Amino acid sequence: MEICKTASAGTLESSDCLVTVEPGNGISLELSSSVMNQYGRQIKATVLETLQRLGVENAAVTVVDKGALDCTLKARVECAVFRSCDASAENIPWGGIVR
Amino acid sequence: MIKRPKPERFRLRRTMMFMNAQKPGLIKDAYIYGCDSIMLDLEDAVAENQKDAARFSLYHALTTIDYGSTEVIVRINGLDTPHWQEDIRVCVAGGADGIRIAKCESAQDVRTVEAAVEAAEKEFGVEVGRTLLMAALESPKGILNAYEICSASDRMFGVAISGGDFRKCMQTTFQPDGVDMLAARGQMLLAARAAGIQCFDTVFTDLDDDAGFEAEVRQNKAMGFDGKSLINPKQIRLVHQVFTPTEKEVRQAEKIVRAIEEQAKLGIGVFTVDGKMLDIAFVPGAKRTLKLAKACGMYEGDLV
Repeated sequence: MEICKTASAGTLESSDCLVTVEPGNGISLELSSSVMNQYGRQIKATVLETLQRLGVENAAVTVVDKGALDCTLKARVECAVFRSCDASAENIPWGGIVR
Repeated sequence: MIKRPKPERFRLRRTMMFMNAQKPGLIKDAYIYGCDSIMLDLEDAVAENQKDAARFSLYHALTTIDYGSTEVIVRINGLDTPHWQEDIRVCVAGGADGIRIAKCESAQDVRTVEAAVEAAEKEFGVEVGRTLLMAALESPKGILNAYEICSASDRMFGVAISGGDFRKCMQTTFQPDGVDMLAARGQMLLAARAAGIQCFDTVFTDLDDDAGFEAEVRQNKAMGFDGKSLINPKQIRLVHQVFTPTEKEVRQAEKIVRAIEEQAKLGIGVFTVDGKMLDIAFVPGAKRTLKLAKACGMYEGDLV
């Protein structure tokens, strides 16, 4: 998927994360997390895997994590990417690239 | 991916706790509270501009989190919104046990949802008929059409009244004795029993009024409800207490069923036990108590 415009999803509440995607060249990821020392690497891997699954090759991604589980990280990254293409409201490929 | 077992149309549903599907902090460990069902909400709890995000969050919760034996129902947006079709797709794709139809007013509403659910089951390779339905009646029209709604589909397992919206329509407010919704509760119970499905009461919203809550739960039980919708885990224990049969009731029910079976073998139809008249008409009630006790883990006998 192409990142067409800046979009974000999520909140800064506990157990959540705020993900922002912007158009970019290649993938860049800026991560801050309340559990950076324990889970920083895993969070980064989950975000990058999700972007790859969605076929996102060019994006500047910012993640502010407040202790989100993997399933929440995925949900927020996916929602931000679909929002950036104005495609988040219907006909989501559940079980396809969203899984 | 978590594969949930095939939903049971009739199971224990004393407590159904509402939870905002958009809040990860709430839905990640909802099963620990021990309610019989959780109700993940895509409707009123989710702001209009977060409906999309709530669905992504719901999909991953449904497919990642093991809710164990807690039933997982999703409340979808009303048929008068642009959201309900995608809500149904995500519920079915994620493998929710059932869908709660908000603001249901007619059998046609149920059939409209059923058609979309079936289409989604085919789209996502889910067994057709797996996804159960329940309806929330929130208006006078919904209450007046309760029977046709309750009997509109084989997927329907229950019906619930939604007090907030209903009281608004009726130009009344909450009354401690329940008189504000007495007729509506009664009509809905009649319809549910006539159609052979379960019936659930509305939420009690004043979390500080323990006595008022207990009074309402006891009235619900006395009226014949199967369970109640809840907004907070602290409400679960009391509802389970009230809706679970007591030891004494279970022993009594066991005695009744045994006595009637034994007397029937001897050709006796009516007789007394502990000074009370008994005949075959007491069997269904006693068996229902035993079934409920079995579902609550209190009875392990073989009479039901």
